[in-house]
Amino acid sequence: MASKPRIGVFICHCGENIAGTVDVTGLAERIIDYDDVTFSTDYEYMCSDPGQNKIKEAIEEEDLNGVIVAACSPSMHEETFRSAVEEAGLNRYRCEIANIREQCSWVHDGDGSKPTEKALRIIKGAVEKVKRNIPMEPVEREHSDKCLVIGGGVAGIQAALDVAEAGNEVVLVEKEPTIGGHMAQLSETFPTLDCSQCILTPKMVEVNQHPNIELMAYSEVKDVSGYIGNYSVQIENKPTYVDPDACNLCGDCEDVCPVNVQDEFNQGLTSRKAISIPFAQAIPSSYTLDEEACLGLNPLRCSKCADVCDADAVDFDQSSKFIEEEFGAIIVATGYDLYPKEKMGEYGYGQYEDVIDGLQFERLLSATGPTRGEVRRPSDGKVPKDVVFVQCSGSRDPENHNSYCSKICCMYTAKHAKLYKESVPDGNAYVFYIDIRAGGKDYEEFIQEVQEEDRVLYLKGKVSKLKKVDGKLRVWGMDEIAGERMEIDADLVVLAQSIIPSSEAKDTSRKLNLNLGQNGFYKEAHPKLRPVESLTGGVFFAGAGQGPKDIPDTVSQGSGAAAKAIEMLSKPTLTHDPQVVEVDEDLCSGCGLCISQCPYDALEVNSRGVAEVNEILCEGCGTCASGCPTNALSLKNLTDEQLTEMIHAQIGD
Amino acid sequence: MSKKESKKKVAAYWAASCGGCDVALLGLHERILDLLDFADIAFWPAATDFKYEDLKGYERNEIDLTFFNGGIRTSENREIAEIIREKSELLVAYGSCAHQGGIPGLANMSSNEELFETVYKNNPTTVNPEGVVPQELTEREEGNLNLPGLQERVKSLSQVVEVDYTVPGCPPPPELTEDFLDLLLAGNLPPKGSVVAGEKTVCDECSREWNKETIDEFHRPQEVEIDPDKCLLDQGIICMGPVTRSGCEASCPEANLPCKGCFGPPKKVEDQGTEMLNSLASVVQIGEEGGSLEGEKALLSNLPDTIGTFYNFSLANSIFGGKVSDGGNDEQE
Repeated sequence: MASKPRIGVFICHCGENIAGTVDVTGLAERIIDYDDVTFSTDYEYMCSDPGQNKIKEAIEEEDLNGVIVAACSPSMHEETFRSAVEEAGLNRYRCEIANIREQCSWVHDGDGSKPTEKALRIIKGAVEKVKRNIPMEPVEREHSDKCLVIGGGVAGIQAALDVAEAGNEVVLVEKEPTIGGHMAQLSETFPTLDCSQCILTPKMVEVNQHPNIELMAYSEVKDVSGYIGNYSVQIENKPTYVDPDACNLCGDCEDVCPVNVQDEFNQGLTSRKAISIPFAQAIPSSYTLDEEACLGLNPLRCSKCADVCDADAVDFDQSSKFIEEEFGAIIVATGYDLYPKEKMGEYGYGQYEDVIDGLQFERLLSATGPTRGEVRRPSDGKVPKDVVFVQCSGSRDPENHNSYCSKICCMYTAKHAKLYKESVPDGNAYVFYIDIRAGGKDYEEFIQEVQEEDRVLYLKGKVSKLKKVDGKLRVWGMDEIAGERMEIDADLVVLAQSIIPSSEAKDTSRKLNLNLGQNGFYKEAHPKLRPVESLTGGVFFAGAGQGPKDIPDTVSQGSGAAAKAIEMLSKPTLTHDPQVVEVDEDLCSGCGLCISQCPYDALEVNSRGVAEVNEILCEGCGTCASGCPTNALSLKNLTDEQLTEMIHAQIGD
Repeated sequence: MSKKESKKKVAAYWAASCGGCDVALLGLHERILDLLDFADIAFWPAATDFKYEDLKGYERNEIDLTFFNGGIRTSENREIAEIIREKSELLVAYGSCAHQGGIPGLANMSSNEELFETVYKNNPTTVNPEGVVPQELTEREEGNLNLPGLQERVKSLSQVVEVDYTVPGCPPPPELTEDFLDLLLAGNLPPKGSVVAGEKTVCDECSREWNKETIDEFHRPQEVEIDPDKCLLDQGIICMGPVTRSGCEASCPEANLPCKGCFGPPKKVEDQGTEMLNSLASVVQIGEEGGSLEGEKALLSNLPDTIGTFYNFSLANSIFGGKVSDGGNDEQE
């Protein structure tokens, strides 16, 4: 402090929280005798408006240049009091909090003398600190205005559209040849029974047409470096071997292609050619040549597709393009997969053709699916008359599978049963369930309707086994309500497979330094209050990658993540708390030990061979400052000198 | 230096040391002639035949400069250090033992009784069935025999008398001694209290690369094949380079051996060993977070000589000075 310290001490009663244990008036009378303290007072609630005004008035009238508020933890009201001090014209770092509530009155008995002595020492320590604080201004840094969205399902689509509408440029990266994600595969959506593709494809088209969105399908994020506001990202755009601008979707290439492989879009229920388009409304609207399935990208071997293409769109010479771009914010929307069928041997999944998963049934129900919406079973194409739906397949089973609830299966199973009954009115639908979880707008009513009006038989109980007997799929289960064992001979069994994070989640978390929860879903910064933010600055989550969720929740989260990204990108510069580590270059030998200690990747050894702090990334934790072998690193306003003087004040005589 | 017009006087003394520092002075080779042109030798037991009586005969500050090597182990070391301080205008702590207590300082981990037990009775190569140990006073008909006694603890020179300059190292490299000589001859010595060496640490002069990894196991140098390009710490070998003052051109790491810390800590570091332990603790990674303590135990079992590793030269100068008995610091003079 340049001029002589004039410290004011403001002691809060916090009602009886502090005053009930500590002699607050006595404290105010005694602390005035301490070195450099020129004013002291106490008040019932310092954080109240009148309390704050007391501080502001005293700063002016008593010409204070430092303020101690002896009150609750700084995590509560430090911001309140620092802002108040700032309004009175002092730098906000001229204000320190002496925590005499959580660290004193709350943890000691009502015998007034000892807690009061302790509170006095805590305040003295804070006085020693604030005397040596330097005034600081927030760290400012330029940032890129662009936003990267990883994943082109409905979450990523919504996020990309919202950010783009706000005026920011967006790059949307999708690993598949088309955007749309799982929602494009669905037939109808619960509980309104809107046609899924009908409500999704307009948004897909909008993405394609939006001037602020650059769509990079069949692409992957290869490498990410940098930090909030300034991420440098390398994206690989894989070759489709078809020029999307030239392709006119005539389909001639597909007709002549001699190679058949499983069709991913139809969940393997049908085959596709090596050159194909996932579905008619795919975006980008173009064919893709599957390099692994193709006979060899070699005109000498087979060039039937290229020969037949009137538009000259097929180009065997394409290769991967690597694009480097700078982004300010990143929205991660990598979505979900279904629990692998190999793991569900007990239900014959993967063994019997007519045991299928929910997404396969969606394709059977879909007007664009392999049966054009007629429910016909995979094995022989017959219309199944008895269909068993098994909920919680792989979910809520901590012993054998996943312990968590996949959240959407109750609803989509009800929808499946309803659509089946509408398609096959004389068929029988049975649903095995543990509990029905229909929390959501109009969801419970939908379940009621399915149970009562569609006459779907709901059986509370788990399926114990499933075996093929006399050409039928015999399902053994319990009806707990009737207390009976059940045996149903089914023509088709639909398993509501557990929702798991997509295979990209792990890789993406590594590249972006994101945390994963124990089930592999992205871990948000706070489960209640920061649900779309990651702990990595400038990286946000949208959709089922963060946890199983239905379409409305996914779209909401997409918009939420977009709002967070826009909030950040719309600021002219990024600001950051200046309480960061600084380097004394005369002492630093560039040993580099600090680099591996830093949890925020905020340190590097620069070209001059000394440590350098990235002030935007540094969170001021002080790990490096204590670990530095030469004491070249110190935390601003928490230097060794300050700590030593605080200790002397607190435990000295 | 003083304004005396006659030829200057220099001295050298050895206290608790191995003699290597006297050899290091001679390592100046022909440059020692420059020193002798500049000054006469007033006292140097390792090289010339002076007696203590000669030393005591000098006036206060009559000796212009004394190179003092060795720590303070015996009452004799202490007595001569005090006399030399009085007779010398400038006193240089020369070498690790005078600077920080050095290797003899490691004896501070044992009491003097324990030392005598080990050295005179239990040493495998000692045969002493009658248990004879040296005594400070032996009475005989012909007269009494006196030997200097051991002090309770080994101390560095600056813990006993005021020191003007320090030339560190075990022993100080000839280049460093030459640097000091140049400053002396040019009448250009730095402010009193200076350590005449580098301002940073050994890492600053070391060409090895630290790969920003954490350390998950420790090795002793003889157990592994050492990669000559990679930081030794990175390879799990404790190198004291990060907490050791520069000026040696990283001679040990460049010779594929870890730094043992002979130059002592850089400025702003009080306790070399604690500082190193503190830094290491921040980069050691044992298994997964929240894992068992077994991994830690296994890791630490590869550090069999903690004091010898982290305080090879600086135990006497450390905050605790040596082994602290159960009742607290057992001796404070």
